[in-house]
Amino acid sequence: MEMMSTNGSTDEGLKSELGRQGIVVSSFNEIYNWGRRNSVWPMQFGLACCAIEMIATTMSRFDLARFGAEVFRPSPRQADLMIVSGTVTKKMAPQVVRLYNQMAEPKYVIAMGACAISGGPFKQGYNVLKGIDRYIPVDVHIPGCPPRPEALIHAFMTLQRQIDAQVLTGVARPRHLNASAPSEFPIPEFGDHDLLPSHNREVWKAPPGRSAGEPSE
Amino acid sequence: MNGQYSALQFLSVFLVIATLFAIGPLIAAKLWASYFSPQKTGPIKNAAYECGVEATGDAWQQFRSEYYLYAIVFLIFDVETVFLMPFAVAFGKLTIGAFLAIAVFVLLLVEGLVWAWAKGVLEWK
Repeated sequence: MEMMSTNGSTDEGLKSELGRQGIVVSSFNEIYNWGRRNSVWPMQFGLACCAIEMIATTMSRFDLARFGAEVFRPSPRQADLMIVSGTVTKKMAPQVVRLYNQMAEPKYVIAMGACAISGGPFKQGYNVLKGIDRYIPVDVHIPGCPPRPEALIHAFMTLQRQIDAQVLTGVARPRHLNASAPSEFPIPEFGDHDLLPSHNREVWKAPPGRSAGEPSE
Repeated sequence: MNGQYSALQFLSVFLVIATLFAIGPLIAAKLWASYFSPQKTGPIKNAAYECGVEATGDAWQQFRSEYYLYAIVFLIFDVETVFLMPFAVAFGKLTIGAFLAIAVFVLLLVEGLVWAWAKGVLEWK
């Protein structure tokens, strides 16, 4: 027997008691998230050396397929997860945002490695973006240079827990169920000296005491 | 005919069921998607190009006419060689007519070779 409620608030005590009697109770929300988290399709693209670790994660030794995420898609139209694996140069950043915009909803982003989360060792460089989270919303950040495959798997499990915690209704519902949420994030353009704008105000807030537009911070 | 049905009437029942079987899941999927996964489209998402640089110019370009030299040299050194092999194998059993036909074919290409040689096509530049 199966009972369903759409609001996602199942009484845990009642649930375990019914479970002991052989009755499975689940909410619609749980089944939806269960399916979603076990079939995340990452997008197949690598930006720098972190991509090698990402490839290693998918191979037999680490085997990302155990988590249902082995189907790397070469097209953003078929992908749910963007793993930003490596240095995002300012020349590459508009394409990354463009590809993110073209992914199907709901979509998630893992920023992999020091470069993708902050610019890493190239942070002082004139041509490296200081973190992809300036333009697109990042769900999980992984430090490391490069992170080990275990770290990527940990990030993926963290993402799975985040997907599990999603609710379909209410204020915190996912973006694709919120008609007023933006469908696309603005793509930066090449200015005279830097990308314009230097960050997306909706996504990224400058740390206190710093101006975000500073080219060499 | 009372209480009996013709074969066509039976078929029409199957047709209706088959149509519903085909269309029903499509409608269900559409309803499901509109409720649980409504489309979020935009000009970038609907763009034909995913990434990279958009193509410029026209694909209908003219080739340089000098390429006919490559065609002639290809005929002499590639196509002719393919025909020379069976010609050599069957040489002893050939009739006079067949020998003349092949000789004309080879001589035409040899003429082309002489012409290309005189024109300096074979020189490495």
